[in-house]
Amino acid sequence: MLPLSVPFIATAVLSVLGYVVARKRALSVAGGDIRTLTSLPHQHGLNTALSTLLPPLAVMMVWAIGARIAARSDVALVPENPTMVYIILIGLAVTGFVLSLLRISTSFRARTASEGWIMGLLIFASTIAVLTTVGIVLSMVSETLNFFGQYDFRDFFFSTTWSPNFRGDSDLGIIPLIWGTLYISFIALVFAVPVGLFAAVYLSEYAGPRLRSVAKPLIEILAGIPTIVYGLFALVTVGPLLRDYFAEPMGLGQSASSVMTAGLVMGIMLIPFVSSLSDDIINAVPQAMRDGSLGLGATKSETIRKVVVPAALPGIVGAVLLAASRAIGETMIVVLGAGAAARLSLNPFEAMTTVTVKIVSQLTGDTDFGSPETLVAFALGLTLFVITLGLNVMALFIVRRYREQYE
Amino acid sequence: MTDYKISAKGVQVYYGDNHAIKDVDVQIEDKTVTAFIGPSGCGKSTFLRTLNRMNDTIDICRVEGDIRIDGEDIYDPAVDPVQLRAKVGMVFQKPNPFPKSIYDNVAYGPKIHGLARNKSDLDEIVEKSLRKAALWNEAKDRLDAPGTGLSGGQQQRLCIARAIATAPEVLLMDEPCSALDPIATAQVEELIDELRQSYSVVIVTHSMQQAARVSQKTAFFHLGNLVEYGETDKIFTNPEDPRTESYISGRIG
Ligand SMILES: Nc1ncnc2c1ncn2[C@@H]1O[C@H](COP(=O)(O)OP(=O)(O)OP(=O)(O)O)[C@@H](O)[C@H]1O
Ligand SMILES: [Mg+2]
Repeated sequence: MLPLSVPFIATAVLSVLGYVVARKRALSVAGGDIRTLTSLPHQHGLNTALSTLLPPLAVMMVWAIGARIAARSDVALVPENPTMVYIILIGLAVTGFVLSLLRISTSFRARTASEGWIMGLLIFASTIAVLTTVGIVLSMVSETLNFFGQYDFRDFFFSTTWSPNFRGDSDLGIIPLIWGTLYISFIALVFAVPVGLFAAVYLSEYAGPRLRSVAKPLIEILAGIPTIVYGLFALVTVGPLLRDYFAEPMGLGQSASSVMTAGLVMGIMLIPFVSSLSDDIINAVPQAMRDGSLGLGATKSETIRKVVVPAALPGIVGAVLLAASRAIGETMIVVLGAGAAARLSLNPFEAMTTVTVKIVSQLTGDTDFGSPETLVAFALGLTLFVITLGLNVMALFIVRRYREQYE
Repeated sequence: MTDYKISAKGVQVYYGDNHAIKDVDVQIEDKTVTAFIGPSGCGKSTFLRTLNRMNDTIDICRVEGDIRIDGEDIYDPAVDPVQLRAKVGMVFQKPNPFPKSIYDNVAYGPKIHGLARNKSDLDEIVEKSLRKAALWNEAKDRLDAPGTGLSGGQQQRLCIARAIATAPEVLLMDEPCSALDPIATAQVEELIDELRQSYSVVIVTHSMQQAARVSQKTAFFHLGNLVEYGETDKIFTNPEDPRTESYISGRIG
């Protein structure tokens, strides 16, 4: 891999220089009276700086990506010779520098031209954001395909046993893991959604401004606690408590790690998430809606149930779906709260585990990146990605519809 | 005393430190249309809202004084503001239909107060209210469409229909026609005249002509004071206070 830092620094320096020179030049063209210029000196400067900087930057990015692809596919997509690349890049920068300087005159509209470059810069930034996402997905996809080359996808998706064996001959069925993921997330949501929603309704509709100003940040602090701390809480407090007071007396098991433990603690983690999102959404319902209902002789709770919550419902559903995708991606609480045993069972007091936990355990320790036991992590990751992506898209879609409500 | 529907004495309203209504006394008769007029910001909406305790919903708002409806002090702690508001309906200055269907908007009040025994009763109430509010012809084929999808003027008529569907005894209307075209305005004015047969109607308006056309009594507010209150004819032809005179003739406002 060729270091791009040399042309990058050269271009950046030239670009700064361009700003200064272009400004000077614009001033001298104007003869000291900037009123004769259609664009101000600093706009000329900006135009030159950006025309120098952006084209080489874009080429660098394309080249870097091309080099990555070429490294994998043995196809020479880019010139092998680094000097040549250097020449191209520096040449582009100098061309931009000189051309834009030559264009400076009293009538040149540097204002509009630099606007064009700024838009280019913004497009460049968003391209990077999109490309990284695409890159992540592509790398997952290629490893996953690699995995399916070694392991039958039917066994992966439909087998109900998960028992990896590093000497080969493993059962790598995703079903017990998906089951654990969904079961734990479900319990977490059953706990977090009503509590979070009621807390939001209380805070936004009933609580006075003073209480709200104290309680809201307090709830949001919960969101700042690292999940590993929640995991410890599950391990030392909630787990033994549930075992001693529920599981054992009811004869449902002796395990402190259980779906219930992880689900409850994850629910606690999600409460601030649900409540602060719902609170914002409920506050966005116009006061005129409430007045309309109260003015017809509805009580406060009737107003909330029949007008405020229905009006906010799409937004609330969006919040819940976002919470769900967080629950599905959570790892630490599960490791410490529910254990690491893949199991397909209905008993909520039994230890189970989730997709994320298994991704971690397949990739830790001595790993050989060629065996299906390791590669399965990518297939698991991709499956999870697809599930959460689906949820997020759904959430976005619903939230967007909500925004159009009061037009 | 009791032949007045509403009687207010020494009413003061404060928004925090802002003294918005200053010592207002007014007696509103049953089966009459009373118009509140006055320049913007003089407290017409504020005073109107004290009559059904809608000011309770504003944290910083404080009301003092004595307001009685049918002889009952509505600010008595024993009074349930919810019941009061069912009796004293309100149409707001800005149309505020619920994000529900047209039908559900109108049926909202009757459902909450159990005014209909069955579905066909409810259908009838909805139709009657929409007809009265001059919206039936436009809405009858789209009762299931969202109320928020109507035009501004249609929304306001929907809010009027919604208010009369609850069968209030007093109807407070805050500039109900400010978003309406002349035809719909004429229809609403006709409705107000009709409502007068059975209710007491209080209407805030910026249109002198409208006040003169629909009301029997007029109250002129200025900077939080009730400057003059009396027969509409008299206020418009022979006002006592110079401020009233200059407002009506368009010199202050
Ligand atoms: N919610 C509120 N919070 C604080 N002050 C308010 C509030 N509503 C009204 N006021 C103040 O009370 C005074 C009277 O307002 P009000 O809305 O009653 O005027 P209005 O006569 O209805 O005016 P308009 O004709 O423009 O509707 C104004 O000074 C206004 O700033
Ligand atoms: Mg007003």
